Amino acid sequence: MFHAVGLGLVMYLLWLVLSGHYTGLLMTLGAISCAFIVWIVHRMDAIDHEAFPVHLSLRGTVFWPWLLWEIVKSNVDVAKIILDPRLPISPTVVRVPASQKTEFGRVIFANSITLTPGTMSVHMEDHTIVVHALTRSGADGLLNDDEMDRRVCKLEGSC
Amino acid sequence: MDWELLRDGLSWAMLLGGAAFSLIGGLGILRMPDIYTRMHAASLTDTMGAILILGGLMIQGGLTLVTAKLVLTLFFLLFTSPVSTHALAAAALTDTRTALQARDDGTLAPTEVDLPDDQDALDIAADEAARQSIRDEESRA
Repeated sequence: MFHAVGLGLVMYLLWLVLSGHYTGLLMTLGAISCAFIVWIVHRMDAIDHEAFPVHLSLRGTVFWPWLLWEIVKSNVDVAKIILDPRLPISPTVVRVPASQKTEFGRVIFANSITLTPGTMSVHMEDHTIVVHALTRSGADGLLNDDEMDRRVCKLEGSC
Repeated sequence: MDWELLRDGLSWAMLLGGAAFSLIGGLGILRMPDIYTRMHAASLTDTMGAILILGGLMIQGGLTLVTAKLVLTLFFLLFTSPVSTHALAAAALTDTRTALQARDDGTLAPTEVDLPDDQDALDIAADEAARQSIRDEESRA
Protein backbone atom coordinates (compact mmCIF):
# COMPACT_ATOMS: atom_id res chain seq x y z
CA MET A 1 0.00 0.00 0.00
CA PHE A 2 2.82 2.37 0.96
CA HIS A 3 4.54 1.71 -2.36
CA ALA A 4 1.33 2.20 -4.34
CA VAL A 5 0.73 5.61 -2.74
CA GLY A 6 4.38 6.56 -3.25
CA LEU A 7 4.23 5.55 -6.91
CA GLY A 8 1.03 7.56 -7.41
CA LEU A 9 2.51 10.65 -5.73
CA VAL A 10 5.73 10.53 -7.77
CA MET A 11 3.75 10.08 -10.99
CA TYR A 12 1.48 13.01 -10.15
CA LEU A 13 4.51 15.17 -9.34
CA LEU A 14 6.02 14.17 -12.69
CA TRP A 15 2.74 15.00 -14.41
CA LEU A 16 2.66 18.45 -12.79
CA VAL A 17 6.24 19.20 -13.80
CA LEU A 18 5.87 18.01 -17.38
CA SER A 19 2.42 19.45 -18.12
CA GLY A 20 2.73 22.93 -16.61
CA HIS A 21 -1.08 23.20 -16.49
CA TYR A 22 -2.41 24.30 -13.13
CA THR A 23 -6.17 24.69 -13.70
CA GLY A 24 -8.65 22.69 -11.66
CA LEU A 25 -10.03 20.58 -14.51
CA LEU A 26 -6.67 19.53 -15.95
CA MET A 27 -5.17 18.80 -12.53
CA THR A 28 -8.16 16.60 -11.72
CA LEU A 29 -7.80 14.78 -15.02
CA GLY A 30 -4.09 14.28 -14.28
CA ALA A 31 -4.87 12.88 -10.85
CA ILE A 32 -7.42 10.49 -12.37
CA SER A 33 -4.87 9.31 -14.95
CA CYS A 34 -2.27 8.66 -12.24
CA ALA A 35 -4.77 6.77 -10.09
CA PHE A 36 -5.79 4.72 -13.13
CA ILE A 37 -2.16 3.80 -13.85
CA VAL A 38 -1.50 2.85 -10.22
CA TRP A 39 -4.57 0.59 -10.45
CA ILE A 40 -3.28 -1.04 -13.66
CA VAL A 41 0.19 -1.55 -12.16
CA HIS A 42 -1.43 -3.01 -9.04
CA ARG A 43 -3.48 -5.38 -11.19
CA MET A 44 -0.30 -6.46 -12.96
CA ASP A 45 1.16 -7.13 -9.51
CA ALA A 46 4.21 -5.07 -10.46
CA ILE A 47 4.44 -2.90 -7.34
CA ASP A 48 7.33 -4.01 -5.19
CA HIS A 49 10.40 -2.54 -3.59
CA GLU A 50 12.35 -2.76 -6.82
CA ALA A 51 9.82 -0.95 -9.01
CA PHE A 52 10.09 2.15 -6.88
CA PRO A 53 13.15 2.32 -4.62
CA VAL A 54 12.03 4.83 -1.94
CA HIS A 55 14.65 3.53 0.47
CA LEU A 56 17.49 4.59 -1.83
CA SER A 57 16.59 8.27 -2.13
CA LEU A 58 17.84 9.38 1.30
CA ARG A 59 21.16 7.50 1.29
CA GLY A 60 21.54 8.53 -2.35
CA THR A 61 22.20 12.12 -1.27
CA VAL A 62 25.69 10.97 -0.24
CA PHE A 63 26.30 8.56 -3.13
CA TRP A 64 25.20 10.54 -6.20
CA PRO A 65 27.37 13.65 -5.52
CA TRP A 66 30.35 11.36 -4.88
CA LEU A 67 29.70 9.50 -8.15
CA LEU A 68 29.35 12.81 -9.99
CA TRP A 69 32.79 13.88 -8.74
CA GLU A 70 34.27 10.52 -9.81
CA ILE A 71 32.72 11.03 -13.26
CA VAL A 72 34.27 14.50 -13.51
CA LYS A 73 37.73 13.21 -12.49
CA SER A 74 37.75 10.27 -14.88
CA ASN A 75 36.38 12.45 -17.70
CA VAL A 76 39.42 14.71 -17.37
CA ASP A 77 41.72 11.66 -17.32
CA VAL A 78 40.22 10.18 -20.51
CA ALA A 79 40.19 13.58 -22.23
CA LYS A 80 43.93 13.92 -21.48
CA ILE A 81 44.57 10.47 -22.99
CA ILE A 82 42.62 11.34 -26.16
CA LEU A 83 44.43 14.66 -26.59
CA ASP A 84 47.86 13.08 -25.97
CA PRO A 85 49.55 12.63 -29.37
CA ARG A 86 50.98 9.25 -28.26
CA LEU A 87 47.50 7.97 -27.28
CA PRO A 88 48.81 6.20 -24.11
CA ILE A 89 46.18 3.48 -23.78
CA SER A 90 46.61 -0.05 -22.42
CA PRO A 91 43.19 -1.70 -22.67
CA THR A 92 42.71 -4.40 -20.05
CA VAL A 93 39.85 -6.74 -19.16
CA VAL A 94 39.51 -7.62 -15.48
CA ARG A 95 37.00 -9.33 -13.23
CA VAL A 96 35.73 -7.14 -10.42
CA PRO A 97 33.95 -8.71 -7.44
CA ALA A 98 30.58 -7.15 -6.62
CA SER A 99 29.67 -7.75 -2.98
CA GLN A 100 26.16 -6.27 -3.08
CA LYS A 101 23.46 -8.57 -1.74
CA THR A 102 20.61 -7.53 -4.01
CA GLU A 103 20.43 -7.63 -7.78
CA PHE A 104 19.43 -3.98 -7.71
CA GLY A 105 22.60 -3.04 -5.85
CA ARG A 106 24.77 -4.91 -8.35
CA VAL A 107 23.02 -3.15 -11.24
CA ILE A 108 23.80 0.22 -9.63
CA PHE A 109 27.44 -0.85 -9.13
CA ALA A 110 27.80 -2.06 -12.75
CA ASN A 111 26.13 1.10 -14.08
CA SER A 112 28.38 3.29 -11.91
CA ILE A 113 31.42 1.54 -13.39
CA THR A 114 30.09 2.17 -16.90
CA LEU A 115 29.19 5.80 -16.15
CA THR A 116 32.76 6.68 -15.16
CA PRO A 117 34.65 6.98 -18.47
CA GLY A 118 37.66 4.70 -18.78
CA THR A 119 35.92 1.69 -17.25
CA MET A 120 32.94 -0.18 -18.66
CA SER A 121 31.14 -3.32 -17.50
CA VAL A 122 30.74 -5.70 -20.43
CA HIS A 123 29.52 -8.88 -18.73
CA MET A 124 28.07 -9.92 -15.42
CA GLU A 125 27.86 -13.26 -13.68
CA ASP A 126 26.37 -13.49 -10.16
CA HIS A 127 28.91 -11.59 -8.07
CA THR A 128 31.52 -10.99 -10.74
CA ILE A 129 31.54 -8.12 -13.19
CA VAL A 130 33.79 -8.31 -16.24
CA VAL A 131 35.14 -4.81 -16.75
CA HIS A 132 36.92 -3.38 -19.77
CA ALA A 133 39.29 -0.60 -18.76
CA LEU A 134 40.95 1.87 -21.11
CA THR A 135 44.23 1.80 -19.18
CA ARG A 136 45.89 -0.80 -17.01
CA SER A 137 46.17 1.67 -14.14
CA GLY A 138 42.41 2.25 -14.35
CA ALA A 139 41.81 -1.50 -14.09
CA ASP A 140 44.23 -1.81 -11.16
CA GLY A 141 42.53 1.12 -9.47
CA LEU A 142 39.20 -0.66 -9.63
CA LEU A 143 40.71 -3.93 -8.34
CA ASN A 144 42.85 -2.52 -5.54
CA ASP A 145 40.51 0.19 -4.30
CA ASP A 146 37.03 -1.10 -3.58
CA GLU A 147 35.68 2.30 -2.56
CA MET A 148 32.93 2.28 -5.20
CA ASP A 149 31.89 -1.26 -4.21
CA ARG A 150 31.70 -0.25 -0.54
CA ARG A 151 29.76 2.90 -1.28
CA VAL A 152 27.18 1.03 -3.38
CA CYS A 153 26.89 -1.51 -0.51
CA LYS A 154 26.22 1.35 1.86
CA LEU A 155 23.66 2.80 -0.54
CA GLU A 156 21.97 -0.57 -0.70
CA GLY A 157 22.09 -0.80 3.10
CA SER A 158 23.81 -4.19 3.32
CA CYS A 159 26.94 -3.06 5.16
CA MET B 1 27.90 42.66 -8.06
CA ASP B 2 26.12 42.03 -11.31
CA TRP B 3 24.32 38.72 -10.84
CA GLU B 4 23.03 38.67 -14.40
CA LEU B 5 26.59 38.81 -15.72
CA LEU B 6 27.82 36.18 -13.27
CA ARG B 7 24.99 33.84 -14.24
CA ASP B 8 25.58 34.30 -17.96
CA GLY B 9 29.33 33.86 -17.50
CA LEU B 10 28.93 30.64 -15.53
CA SER B 11 26.41 29.15 -17.93
CA TRP B 12 28.53 30.09 -20.94
CA ALA B 13 31.58 28.49 -19.34
CA MET B 14 29.59 25.31 -18.74
CA LEU B 15 28.13 25.28 -22.26
CA LEU B 16 31.58 25.78 -23.79
CA GLY B 17 33.06 23.13 -21.49
CA GLY B 18 30.33 20.67 -22.46
CA ALA B 19 30.91 21.42 -26.13
CA ALA B 20 34.65 20.87 -25.65
CA PHE B 21 34.12 17.50 -23.94
CA SER B 22 31.70 16.41 -26.67
CA LEU B 23 34.25 17.42 -29.30
CA ILE B 24 37.07 15.56 -27.51
CA GLY B 25 34.77 12.52 -27.25
CA GLY B 26 34.18 12.66 -31.01
CA LEU B 27 37.91 13.01 -31.65
CA GLY B 28 38.48 10.01 -29.38
CA ILE B 29 36.04 7.89 -31.37
CA LEU B 30 38.17 8.60 -34.45
CA ARG B 31 41.53 8.05 -32.74
CA MET B 32 40.84 4.88 -30.72
CA PRO B 33 41.77 1.52 -32.27
CA ASP B 34 38.82 -0.81 -31.52
CA ILE B 35 35.15 -0.80 -30.55
CA TYR B 36 35.63 -0.96 -26.76
CA THR B 37 38.19 1.83 -26.58
CA ARG B 38 36.00 3.90 -28.92
CA MET B 39 33.11 3.41 -26.52
CA HIS B 40 35.26 4.75 -23.68
CA ALA B 41 35.81 7.89 -25.74
CA ALA B 42 32.10 8.14 -26.56
CA SER B 43 31.22 8.05 -22.87
CA LEU B 44 32.83 11.49 -22.54
CA THR B 45 30.03 12.91 -24.66
CA ASP B 46 27.46 10.89 -22.71
CA THR B 47 28.55 12.08 -19.28
CA MET B 48 30.53 15.31 -19.08
CA GLY B 49 29.17 16.69 -22.37
CA ALA B 50 25.57 16.13 -21.29
CA ILE B 51 26.09 17.22 -17.67
CA LEU B 52 27.82 20.49 -18.55
CA ILE B 53 25.52 21.46 -21.44
CA LEU B 54 22.31 20.64 -19.55
CA GLY B 55 23.77 22.30 -16.40
CA GLY B 56 24.55 25.45 -18.36
CA LEU B 57 21.02 25.49 -19.76
CA MET B 58 19.63 25.00 -16.23
CA ILE B 59 21.45 28.14 -15.09
CA GLN B 60 19.94 30.00 -18.03
CA GLY B 61 16.50 28.62 -17.18
CA GLY B 62 16.60 29.71 -13.54
CA LEU B 63 14.01 28.35 -11.11
CA THR B 64 11.39 27.52 -13.73
CA LEU B 65 9.55 24.53 -15.14
CA VAL B 66 12.13 24.42 -17.95
CA THR B 67 14.87 23.72 -15.41
CA ALA B 68 12.79 20.97 -13.80
CA LYS B 69 12.45 19.32 -17.20
CA LEU B 70 16.19 19.67 -17.85
CA VAL B 71 16.90 17.99 -14.49
CA LEU B 72 14.62 15.12 -15.50
CA THR B 73 16.33 14.88 -18.90
CA LEU B 74 19.75 14.61 -17.25
CA PHE B 75 18.42 12.10 -14.71
CA PHE B 76 17.01 9.79 -17.38
CA LEU B 77 20.10 10.22 -19.58
CA LEU B 78 22.43 9.19 -16.74
CA PHE B 79 20.26 6.17 -15.96
CA THR B 80 19.79 4.92 -19.52
CA SER B 81 23.18 5.55 -21.15
CA PRO B 82 25.07 2.87 -19.15
CA VAL B 83 22.39 0.37 -20.15
CA SER B 84 22.83 1.09 -23.85
CA THR B 85 26.62 1.08 -23.44
CA HIS B 86 26.42 -2.31 -21.75
CA ALA B 87 24.09 -3.68 -24.47
CA LEU B 88 26.51 -2.55 -27.18
CA ALA B 89 29.53 -4.00 -25.36
CA ALA B 90 27.72 -7.29 -24.73
CA ALA B 91 26.74 -7.49 -28.41
CA ALA B 92 30.34 -6.87 -29.47
CA LEU B 93 31.51 -9.54 -27.03
CA THR B 94 29.00 -12.06 -28.38
CA ASP B 95 30.24 -11.32 -31.89
CA THR B 96 33.96 -11.98 -31.48
CA ARG B 97 34.86 -12.74 -27.85
CA THR B 98 38.10 -10.85 -28.39
CA ALA B 99 39.18 -7.36 -27.41
CA LEU B 100 42.31 -5.38 -28.13
CA GLN B 101 44.35 -5.71 -24.94
CA ALA B 102 47.72 -4.45 -23.80
CA ARG B 103 50.48 -7.01 -23.48
CA ASP B 104 53.27 -6.75 -20.93
CA ASP B 105 55.66 -5.22 -23.47
CA GLY B 106 53.20 -2.39 -24.04
CA THR B 107 51.94 -3.41 -27.49
CA LEU B 108 48.27 -4.00 -28.20
CA ALA B 109 47.02 -7.35 -29.47
CA PRO B 110 43.58 -8.89 -29.95
CA THR B 111 43.16 -11.19 -26.96
CA GLU B 112 40.32 -13.50 -26.06
CA VAL B 113 38.16 -12.16 -23.26
CA ASP B 114 38.16 -14.57 -20.37
CA LEU B 115 34.56 -14.90 -19.22
CA PRO B 116 33.16 -16.74 -16.20
CA ASP B 117 31.07 -19.83 -17.02
CA ASP B 118 28.97 -19.20 -20.08
CA GLN B 119 25.70 -18.89 -18.19
CA ASP B 120 23.70 -18.03 -21.33
CA ALA B 121 24.51 -21.35 -22.95
CA LEU B 122 23.71 -23.19 -19.71
CA ASP B 123 20.40 -21.30 -19.43
CA ILE B 124 19.43 -22.19 -22.99
CA ALA B 125 20.22 -25.85 -22.33
CA ALA B 126 18.21 -25.78 -19.07
CA ASP B 127 15.24 -24.14 -20.85
CA GLU B 128 15.33 -26.76 -23.58
CA ALA B 129 15.41 -29.56 -20.97
CA ALA B 130 12.44 -28.00 -19.16
CA ARG B 131 10.45 -27.72 -22.40
CA GLN B 132 11.25 -31.35 -23.23
CA SER B 133 10.03 -32.55 -19.83
CA ILE B 134 6.76 -30.58 -20.31
CA ARG B 135 6.32 -32.21 -23.73
CA ASP B 136 6.93 -35.64 -22.16
CA GLU B 137 4.37 -34.90 -19.47
CA GLU B 138 1.80 -33.81 -22.06
CA SER B 139 2.33 -36.87 -24.25
CA ARG B 140 1.84 -39.11 -21.23
CA ALA B 141 -1.40 -37.35 -20.18
